[in-house]
Amino acid sequence: MTGSSYRSLRPGSPGHAHVVLGLLGGAALLFFVAPLVGLISRVTPGHVAAQLGSPAVRSALWLSLEVSLVSLAVSLVLGLPLAYLLARVEFPGRALARGLVTLPMVLPPVVGGMALMTAFGRRGLLGGWLAEIGVELPFSTAGAVVAVTFVSLPFLATTLEAAFAGVDPRLEQAAATLGASRWRILRTVTLPAIRPALAAGMALCWARGLGEFGATITFAGNRVGYTQTMPLAVYEALNTDPEAAITLGLVLLAVSLGLLVALRGRIGGR
Amino acid sequence: MSLAVDIEARRGGFSLVVRFTAVAGSTVAIVGPNGAGKSTLIDVLAGLVPVARGSVVLAGRMLEQAPGQRLAPQAREVGVVFQKLALFPAIDVVGNVAYGLRARGVARREAHAEAMAWLARLGVAELATRRTGELSGGQAQRVALARAMIVRPGLLLLDEPISALDAEARAGARALLKERLAAETEVVKLVVTHDLEDARALADRMLVLDGGRVVADGAVDELMRDPSLFLAAMRRG
Repeated sequence: MTGSSYRSLRPGSPGHAHVVLGLLGGAALLFFVAPLVGLISRVTPGHVAAQLGSPAVRSALWLSLEVSLVSLAVSLVLGLPLAYLLARVEFPGRALARGLVTLPMVLPPVVGGMALMTAFGRRGLLGGWLAEIGVELPFSTAGAVVAVTFVSLPFLATTLEAAFAGVDPRLEQAAATLGASRWRILRTVTLPAIRPALAAGMALCWARGLGEFGATITFAGNRVGYTQTMPLAVYEALNTDPEAAITLGLVLLAVSLGLLVALRGRIGGR
Repeated sequence: MSLAVDIEARRGGFSLVVRFTAVAGSTVAIVGPNGAGKSTLIDVLAGLVPVARGSVVLAGRMLEQAPGQRLAPQAREVGVVFQKLALFPAIDVVGNVAYGLRARGVARREAHAEAMAWLARLGVAELATRRTGELSGGQAQRVALARAMIVRPGLLLLDEPISALDAEARAGARALLKERLAAETEVVKLVVTHDLEDARALADRMLVLDGGRVVADGAVDELMRDPSLFLAAMRRG
């Protein structure tokens, strides 16, 4: 409506601004691209084939996918209701709850892993009770899922919280006047409205989970075949065979990029 | 079937105190300047804003009787055409119209057949499979009308139903709306508008709101004969 009048207020020639923005933007791009190019320049197709042929690497890769995808599923099941609660329901301590949900994003993951240990470890607060019902998390694949979920769930929850808060209340009100129950409104109006954010949040959550290192190694340990995901395998290789570590890093990168593009394209739907 | 409203509602620092009745089949225009309380009245009757005190009775059913005792929007049988229509963007046109029937447990096939009949009645059957985002203003308005009427509400609320349309679409929309509203002889219809031409064309009675109070109430023709009763209020908007 006012677009044309805004445009007329802009200076006619971009002049220096574009040059400055171009230089800074280009520098930023170079900053991200250079390490990738560095990684690629050190690796030959032969290296990649050799690494992918190694059972240890294949095991780490599959474990990474398994752990990160299970964690994504857990994050969805827990994160959707959590985000809805934080965005829509007024309850005492909501501000604190919001802070707590964001905390793992700023906490060093190693500290997160230690915290998980004090809660769910063998001698942790809930460890005894968990052991009684036959659940042992530390140094198990389930523990790796817990560690990854702890670190990555906030990415999904915060994205979805903003999306829930941004849904036009008139749409949900219209559905209510038409007789729709809260569940039906959620299913037919609210969730479809947040679909783009759901795709973005899932991609972020999953990507963060795939790269998770600190909380996993602290809480779940570094057991080949059980908790040694790709980032842990890269770390171990760095100590013994730096060339292999670089190749593994590149493989992780390629898989991440491929899945991110696929996930966002599939669920975003536009 | 009739409507009896005697309520006080508050929204922020604004208070709305309104008392009126309307008989089934009649169309009442709610007019007044911006901030008069027209949209608040719509929201109160739809059950979207609670009343501070008072009652709303529709066809013998208590919609509101005291602050804690009120029917949820879902249980009211009140149809609303919102000012911005609020069509569901993720659902196609026929699904939008069928929505209220589906919410009442009607099978999909039946609900869609009924929705198609309503779309045909409003002259937009060919839009059935479109997304709501592809519709023109006039088309969207017809779809919203069909969506609200398909569940046979006892009270139909229309918030500025044609003000968003351009001048060309307006005359046609007004004529169509007049015909549709006249056909609903069992329904109480309230039309919020700031356009006196719309009020004259669509309604037999006019309720003028200003500052949350009713400042004039009477037959449209009568009020038009002595517009001084309400024009001062209208101009301030």
